[in-house]
Amino acid sequence: MTALDGNAIAGMLQTAFGRDMTAALGTCAGCGAASRLGQAGVYRGAATVLRCPNCESVLMVIIENGGVLGIDIHGLAGLRDPG
Amino acid sequence: MERAALLRRLTWQTGTVVEIVTETAHTRTIALDVPDWGGHRGGQHIDVRLTADDGYQAQRSYSIASAPADARVEITVERLPDGEVSPYLVDELRPGDELELRGPVGGYFVWQDSPGGPLLLIAGGSGIVPFRSMLRHHRSIHSTVPVRLLYSVRAPEDLVYREELMRMATSDEIDVSLTFTRTQPPGWNGYARRIDHRMLVETGWSPSADPLTYICGPTAFVETAAELLVGIGQDPARVRTERFGGIGENP
Repeated sequence: MTALDGNAIAGMLQTAFGRDMTAALGTCAGCGAASRLGQAGVYRGAATVLRCPNCESVLMVIIENGGVLGIDIHGLAGLRDPG
Repeated sequence: MERAALLRRLTWQTGTVVEIVTETAHTRTIALDVPDWGGHRGGQHIDVRLTADDGYQAQRSYSIASAPADARVEITVERLPDGEVSPYLVDELRPGDELELRGPVGGYFVWQDSPGGPLLLIAGGSGIVPFRSMLRHHRSIHSTVPVRLLYSVRAPEDLVYREELMRMATSDEIDVSLTFTRTQPPGWNGYARRIDHRMLVETGWSPSADPLTYICGPTAFVETAAELLVGIGQDPARVRTERFGGIGENP
């Protein structure tokens, strides 16, 4: 079961992208569904993992170390801000 | 545009606790004086960061409970049994203490005057917090958007913002429905069960009204409510959700 959603990491995403990303539309590379990052399931462990709300594929992995953010977006086929 | 985004870089700042209000046995509202607060929109969050003596840091995101027009920034925090941050905020923090925070953040689960309504707000337990900000904003701008709030809690003593919600419900634009899923107040003849299809049909809007719905609460609660609404015929694109995990049973 999902613990949180992308709304809970709005600050981390904004730090990484320089703008709000919770309303941005991410397209899942696994199933092709587009969803707002605020709707993505968020799992926190050593890294923060965002999963597709449709198929649970990993969309994004974020690691934070020494004030530096590393982001893997292989799970996203697209990312855009519809405004 | 790129430059403007860089200038709005998110930085940590310090707020001072000016008041603490006990809402329930495990929930408190913390009012902060934040110098140079740039304003926020109803439904946005702040990140709160605690630093231990050994330098260990933990941060969490909390919905802002106050309205954009309020002078103070308020959060309402529920103590989680295994929490790293919430037990300190609920049990230890005192007026005069300082708190490190950044924000506001978030742009998805927000409501200003638009998008318009009618609005349906569905809260489970402490999922009511962002709706207090939205409803206060609704009152302060004298919005004519009709709002229906459905608030599910286990027992009367779990009700957060009881008096303020009852006061808001006297407004022509705002209807409040409560359901007590486990224990009901004496003489209660309202809902006494978990949200279901019939309750949402009775308390919500017809799909033909093209309502905009916000749901906030524990994950299972939010997913149940969202599925029920889509089953009624609501446009999934007009349903916005915020899931904060949650513990134990559904409210």
